Amino acid sequence: MISMGEEYRHIGKSTPRKDARAIVTGSARYIDDVKLPGMLYGKVLRSPYPHARIKNIDTAKAEAYPGVKAVLTYKNVPGWMGGVPYHRPVLDSTVRFVGDAVALVAAETGESAEEALELIEVEYEQLPAVYDMEEAARPGAPQLHERIPNNIFPRGFRAIGEKALQEIVMGDVDKGFKEADFVTEGTCSYENIPNPLPPEPPGVIATWEDPEHLTIYTASQSAAMNRNFGQPLLGLIDIRVIGTQCGGSYGTKNANMIPMVHAAALAKAVGMPVKVYFSKEEHFNAYSLRLGSRIHARVGIKKDGTVTALAGEWFVDTGAASEMAQVQVAVGCGEAQLALRCSNWNLQPQLVCTNRSPSGVVRGFGGQELKSSLLPLMAIAMEEAGLDPLEFFKKNYVKPGDGYYWRDGLWWDYRGIDFSRAMQKGAEVFGWKDKWKGWGKPTAVKGNKRIGVGVGVHGNADIGEDESEAYVKLNPDGRVVLHACVSESGMGERSAVCKMVAEVLNLPLDRVEITAPDTMVNPFEFGLVGSRGTYTVGSAVIEAAEDAKRKLFDLAAPVLGAKPEDLETKDGKIYVRGKEEGAIPWRKAMGISRTLTGQGRFETDFSLCNCMMIFAEVEVDIETGKAELLRVVAATDCGQIIDPLVLEGQLHGSLGSAGIDTALFEETVLDRDTGHIMNCNMIDYKWRTFIDLPQFQNVILETPIPSHRFKAIGVGEVAPAPGPSAVLMAISNAIGKRIMDYPATPDKILKALDRI
Amino acid sequence: MKTNRDEGGASQGAATAEKNISLTVNGKRHQLMVGKDINPDHTLAYTLRETLGYTGTKIACDHGSCGACTVLMDGEAVLSCTMLTMECNGKNITTIEGLENRETGKLHPLQQAFIDYTAFQCGFCTPGILLSAKALLDKNPSPTEEEIKQELAGHYCRCGSHYLVIKAILSLAGKGR
Repeated sequence: MISMGEEYRHIGKSTPRKDARAIVTGSARYIDDVKLPGMLYGKVLRSPYPHARIKNIDTAKAEAYPGVKAVLTYKNVPGWMGGVPYHRPVLDSTVRFVGDAVALVAAETGESAEEALELIEVEYEQLPAVYDMEEAARPGAPQLHERIPNNIFPRGFRAIGEKALQEIVMGDVDKGFKEADFVTEGTCSYENIPNPLPPEPPGVIATWEDPEHLTIYTASQSAAMNRNFGQPLLGLIDIRVIGTQCGGSYGTKNANMIPMVHAAALAKAVGMPVKVYFSKEEHFNAYSLRLGSRIHARVGIKKDGTVTALAGEWFVDTGAASEMAQVQVAVGCGEAQLALRCSNWNLQPQLVCTNRSPSGVVRGFGGQELKSSLLPLMAIAMEEAGLDPLEFFKKNYVKPGDGYYWRDGLWWDYRGIDFSRAMQKGAEVFGWKDKWKGWGKPTAVKGNKRIGVGVGVHGNADIGEDESEAYVKLNPDGRVVLHACVSESGMGERSAVCKMVAEVLNLPLDRVEITAPDTMVNPFEFGLVGSRGTYTVGSAVIEAAEDAKRKLFDLAAPVLGAKPEDLETKDGKIYVRGKEEGAIPWRKAMGISRTLTGQGRFETDFSLCNCMMIFAEVEVDIETGKAELLRVVAATDCGQIIDPLVLEGQLHGSLGSAGIDTALFEETVLDRDTGHIMNCNMIDYKWRTFIDLPQFQNVILETPIPSHRFKAIGVGEVAPAPGPSAVLMAISNAIGKRIMDYPATPDKILKALDRI
Repeated sequence: MKTNRDEGGASQGAATAEKNISLTVNGKRHQLMVGKDINPDHTLAYTLRETLGYTGTKIACDHGSCGACTVLMDGEAVLSCTMLTMECNGKNITTIEGLENRETGKLHPLQQAFIDYTAFQCGFCTPGILLSAKALLDKNPSPTEEEIKQELAGHYCRCGSHYLVIKAILSLAGKGR
């Protein structure tokens, strides 16, 4: 790690996470550790067919089963509609993927509920299914939704703006292609539809206080988002959301709408709290896969690495429903412009539904999908032009003075830093200069083994997306409570924002506590997405702490006979600058029967972005076709590190959570005859073990970034996104053949080598 | 890590229907009546969490393939979701709640090392990893990095905390607990 940040009391230092003791002693409470009095257990009957109409459903035996309190089918569920645009009822008379919900049961025990599911008699009429996105978009294909004609989703999503970005169109591509020295063309598929698969399955407890007030306990990455998205879905009733410790999310447990509506519908039917907690099998079969992505595109490029034109079609497969895939398309389109400076674009996305378990929100959020399929097409152009990809990315990544259309469809002038220094530093640590031998050329050959290197880049301007608010409450005893609706799914953000408050108020860390992620006691929060926490929540929290400090000094000034602007505070005492010996405790200024509350708010700002570059070194055995990841260097510049160890961990996280390893072995294997997922367990679904770890180095620069007081931005969400294309490039260089279809499993490698 | 298949058959230590099961968890003895407190199909993981309230034991896959439910049984790391409670009569179990010193309340050095190295992110796999690490250090107080990786091979960590977990354990290697 390379660091050059400012010296602070807490910021930039590794400090124990606030929940560390709870985690290592087992007292941290995850969703399945929460039991409410009288709570029932909800289970879901799931479809065995990829596409079918329910002709008849008989629940009489299930209803009569001991312990069963409610059985719901499409006939008696509330009429809430989810999806974008609305197309996903709580339950439907048509099922659209293997694992789709058919009926819900609430019972006194999970066992009774499961046994009752088996007593529900369903007569299905099977319908033709479609699994390939381009086939699905053709005339005559089986139709999934009446509301989604031709299986192509309407563009846009009003929630992100009337002009929501749904394509990249600018300049004149015909002119751009004429200006090019080389024009290349190709297709690349990133259609593994991997499962981010947090260890903890999704789960929700719902309980109705009265018909207008629903309380939700949820293992969520962004507790407040469940309220923000849940309210319109459930008819604008009041929803109080309480977040539990979350056992991993990687985007997927932001707004747990499906388990939430199932639990809420059952709880409404029985008038009791109901928990819906997925089994791992359900987690595999019916929860948030990554989007499928396929691009056919032409690229115009000059010898000096200038991209003159980019035109093509981007097919995006969201499975049987769109949670908010239109926003993922929009953000992906924005992010493509960050990495590829180009004046002439015409990239046309087609968002398509198919008969498989729906995609959802996943770390990388459209951008990883687009980059993983677009960068290999850029590689063809770079190869044709004889360009080193490192130099190409350094030249073409967004720089001050450039701009881009962001997800809101508006043009944003970039006011951040030049990330090429971080890229260069990463290259030096990786040894790029020595290892890069040119396109299609291995770095080294040892018997059957070929070593190859690759590099990818990605970044996101969503680091400043949406709104955050915070209150900072000072108590006269020198203790502080931060009210901010911040969840904990692994990023350490609850601790990070406490550090910021402690820094502004110059307090020991243990004097600052943060409220539980509970929407009733906290002001507005959007959620921890798009690496936004550091900049957005951080800004709100800093402003609230500064506001509280101002109020404190206003009270202290007359007591100390000084002007407020001449005051300082440290460890719960106030003094006139330079005269620490005359310090008075906060209570002397506040009195003992008062609290002071400062307020802070952050408003959307897309004029800054982050950047992550990943260098990968692989070894391919050309006899067996097996590719192994030997080494990863992750390079970034985050302005100012908040906590070095937390950041290290986030960047190491680029391997899993459907990240780098989707180039090598991670995939959801869908049987395209039956619609069944073939590897829906943790043995057949491949994941990296402790034994298979590559060498991993993080290169983290700290060039001050004009975000807030601490000049920091977040980078966690984007960490995996440049990885898959970097690994694919490394494999292609190792074997001297292009692979344009993820993951590069041994069969594809041997096929590329003409060995099978 | 051991599974029930290593235990020399299901009959060994199994209770008959009319018998109670005796289980010592973190030094405390529990008598469980079959048919009342537990059912024959309850796994040890289920009994620990749902019947006895040791919810620090995590269930993720519930099929013996992710390591989250690891507890110590007579000092050995075992997958508690693959064992029936009926097979555990007379066994001595340590869960994550029992890792700290019972008298002083002081954290086990491994727990402290995990805190110092922030060797977790979401923390869901942490209890299982800590218990496997304890079993390893009890047998081999100075493991190499390779030995640590081997011991933890069955633990699924999705956040990418592997590297800091290894550092945390290595920081204790050779310190003679």
